[in-house]
Amino acid sequence: MENLQLIIPELFISIMIMFLLIFGVFKKNSSQLVYNLTTVSLVAALALIINLDTQIQSSLFNNSYNIDSLARFMKILLILSGIFVMMSSSKYIQINKINKIEYPILILCSILGMMVMISSNDLIVFYMGLELQSLALYVLASFNRDNLLSTESGLKYFVLSALSSGLLLYGCSLIYGFSETTNFNQIMINTKEIEYGLTFGIVFILVGLAFKISAVPFHMWAPDVYQGSPTSVTVFFALLPKIAALTVFIRFLYIPFYELGDQWQMIIIFLSIASMVFGAVAAIGQKNLKRLIAYSSISHMGYALAGLSTGTTQGVQSSITYITIYLVMNLAFFSCLFMLKRNDKYYENIDDLSGLSKNHPLLSLSLLVVLFSLAGIPPLAGFFAKFYIFVAVINEKMYFLAIVGLLATVIAAFYYLRIIKTIYFDPEKEKFESKHNLSLKFTLVASTFFILAYFIYPSGIVDIISQIKIN
Amino acid sequence: MNFPILSSLILLPAIGTLFIFFVRSSNSQYQSSKYVALFITLANFFLSLYLWIVFDKSIVDFQFVEEREWISGFVNYKVGVDGISILFILLTTFITPICVITVNATIKNRLKDFLIAILILETFMIGVFCSLDLVVFYLFFEAGLIPMFLIIGIWGGERRVYSAFKFFLYTLLGSVLMLVAIISIYWITGTTDVIKLYELGIDAKYQNLLWLAFFSSFAVKTPMWPVHTWLPDAHVEAPTAGSVLLAAILLKMAGYGFIRFSLGLFPDASLYFVPLVYTLSLIAIIYTSLVALMQEDMKKLIAYSSVAHMGFVTLGIFTMTQQGIEGSIFQMISHGLVSAALFLCVGVVYDRLHTRLINRYGGLVSIMPKYAIVFMVFTLGALGLPGTSGFIGEFLVLMGAFKKNILVATIASLGVILGAAYMLWLYKRIIFGKLINEDVKKMVDLKRFEIVTLWLLVLPIIFFGFYPEPLINSIEVSVANMIDMNDLDKINKLALGE
Repeated sequence: MENLQLIIPELFISIMIMFLLIFGVFKKNSSQLVYNLTTVSLVAALALIINLDTQIQSSLFNNSYNIDSLARFMKILLILSGIFVMMSSSKYIQINKINKIEYPILILCSILGMMVMISSNDLIVFYMGLELQSLALYVLASFNRDNLLSTESGLKYFVLSALSSGLLLYGCSLIYGFSETTNFNQIMINTKEIEYGLTFGIVFILVGLAFKISAVPFHMWAPDVYQGSPTSVTVFFALLPKIAALTVFIRFLYIPFYELGDQWQMIIIFLSIASMVFGAVAAIGQKNLKRLIAYSSISHMGYALAGLSTGTTQGVQSSITYITIYLVMNLAFFSCLFMLKRNDKYYENIDDLSGLSKNHPLLSLSLLVVLFSLAGIPPLAGFFAKFYIFVAVINEKMYFLAIVGLLATVIAAFYYLRIIKTIYFDPEKEKFESKHNLSLKFTLVASTFFILAYFIYPSGIVDIISQIKIN
Repeated sequence: MNFPILSSLILLPAIGTLFIFFVRSSNSQYQSSKYVALFITLANFFLSLYLWIVFDKSIVDFQFVEEREWISGFVNYKVGVDGISILFILLTTFITPICVITVNATIKNRLKDFLIAILILETFMIGVFCSLDLVVFYLFFEAGLIPMFLIIGIWGGERRVYSAFKFFLYTLLGSVLMLVAIISIYWITGTTDVIKLYELGIDAKYQNLLWLAFFSSFAVKTPMWPVHTWLPDAHVEAPTAGSVLLAAILLKMAGYGFIRFSLGLFPDASLYFVPLVYTLSLIAIIYTSLVALMQEDMKKLIAYSSVAHMGFVTLGIFTMTQQGIEGSIFQMISHGLVSAALFLCVGVVYDRLHTRLINRYGGLVSIMPKYAIVFMVFTLGALGLPGTSGFIGEFLVLMGAFKKNILVATIASLGVILGAAYMLWLYKRIIFGKLINEDVKKMVDLKRFEIVTLWLLVLPIIFFGFYPEPLINSIEVSVANMIDMNDLDKINKLALGE
């Protein structure tokens, strides 16, 4: 039990969940206070993680829970995104009257589940983490319960996600059946020879995971859920579950089944190409910004998977870099979305942006930077994200994947340009409110500055990520 | 020398945008931001002039090289100039202040944003011509799309959205393959440093595919037939300053890229693809000249003439002879000056009559005599009359071509005649002829700032027409070195069976 200090962040969040729940129930009208306390406890958890000794590579609980460089980096990323999401959406939930005490507590539950997923080194632990985060997310998606779309999106997400969890569990049981263990390292030792059951197990688990990061062809839920959920939940959906699912993807592919690379590589390449192309093409016709960003995130996940498909450490590192930059870009985009407010109503259609640049030059400038970065145009951060991916992909001589991916960026550029066109070229409309709370402004300025200035010192993040070891 | 003069050239306009961004203009005319922009661009021009003076023209190596670690262990930020790139830098810094002066008349709204876009674009353009690393080059090359897209889209004409999208997507599509090639080069040779790559050389078995990938990007940007169709649209819809920058400098990036990368890195492949480039160049010269003859829109006519002139450039580069390459570079500089001037001339009359249709004009000579004079100089420059800079370029290109392939040279010479035909006919229809349109009679002659900008362009066109030595001098050593280094002569001789 002397290693218990290593999971202090998780323990801290668990305690905070219980404390806030009781506190919120007994103190009347405390929803805003609980919300703020949640943010504070996330900051504290972040401090606790950073405080951990970075040299330790250790496994706890009979080698089922991993504290290593990958877990540490991904948790920092997760909690940072969580803090920024909380900061940017506080006003939104007040105005839309969804500031109940359950809201921040569910977010904490979900983050705890993701932390467990990130560190898991065992199929059972991994599944527990996954379910903890999913159950919280089902409720969050339908949190605006008086809204038809929100309810629909929660139900839809629940039904489809339950199905995928079922597949995933079935895959786990197959793998257990054929390798006689649930521990990742042990699975690697026990699966020297390929058996059909094992391959099926891998495929089922990949399907389940692909669903969680909304890769094509398991993406059907994403556009509806993104559009239907309250925007504060959409931004959560767009950022945090992706980090957790990608980490599990990395662990799963590169620890137990690294030797079986030829079994899963084609699947990942297929998922990657399908996501990149479909995400790019399907977004062209969209009118709703949240729906559009859903397709765009499908496409972005395709690029992250392209890095994973290489089967090299460099590929994994490029994927991690990609997801980091993706998080910042989406955070900036959603912060802009939170600013499109007029008379306590939020606007989320592309048409509403018409002529924005005349009334709100700074907001438009941020959107311009973010959108060009999402499209991957240099010298913005989005370009570097794609650049690292393609460096890794081309190193493995996977030219087809690289060329398809780059052509998909050209298609994708079209719909990003369409939004820019609406902002800059179209006639102006009514003004939006220009007063926003400080935390939202800070989020937007910080993320935009990161995107804009990334090219000055691109080595910073790469150096940190290159220290991450997989096994 | 320790002072990072090239980085200063690149950064100065970018820093200038910050000033413009924060300068508060009291009146709606944004006078102060205009002066800031003019001051910055002029400072940049004098800095590059100084660079040209201290530049040692007799040395083969790249000079003023700066190298800094950038993406650790992978790409270094590396810039430097040789005799070829320095001319393009000068051209860029010379044209940009002229564009800034012209905004007075042409840009009616959001002047501040426009100046910022122009300055950012200048940063990227200078970066393209300085960079000595493939990734850095790609970065600058692609980044230029953003300000140009906005310039066309925000301040353009009626079909500006269509043109801006076409421009952006065409160029992006061409460029992505170049990125694949650049990364492949890194994995083949272990570096993206151009100087090291010149020394190492690239294995001949990879060259053809890599050459094609670079070609797809440069061909769109040049633009070569059949991917030139974005250019007339972009030119017609862009505001005057945008057209000027597009014609004078953005198109030259591709020509520069052909010399620096296609010839420099893939000499064997370049030789292999000579017939392809010859064919496309000849089609560009003849076909687009014929198309230009039939245009009713002035800007479109000049845009098509640009395609034809760039046909000469690509033809000259791929003759791989000293004369041909020198001629191409000269032609690019000259075309940069002449086409910029022609677009400014169109801008002058467009501001007065608000139409670009040729048949709405006629008889301008009696109303605007000063305008008729400068327009004539530029017309003659465009058709390559001896005594203007256009002549030297075309002459050298044709000389190089005659050395290699008489048939190609003969066909290309026909293009010179066609060029004279459409330019003179344009001049005749606008300046001479009967004064029919009542509105034309109300037009006023050149204002003071127009006289300044246009005569600033007349001077170098005539000066270099009579005395090309300073330019040739600057590029001679570098071009000879390029030919030596890659054994282009030897390859040529082998190909000719000597």
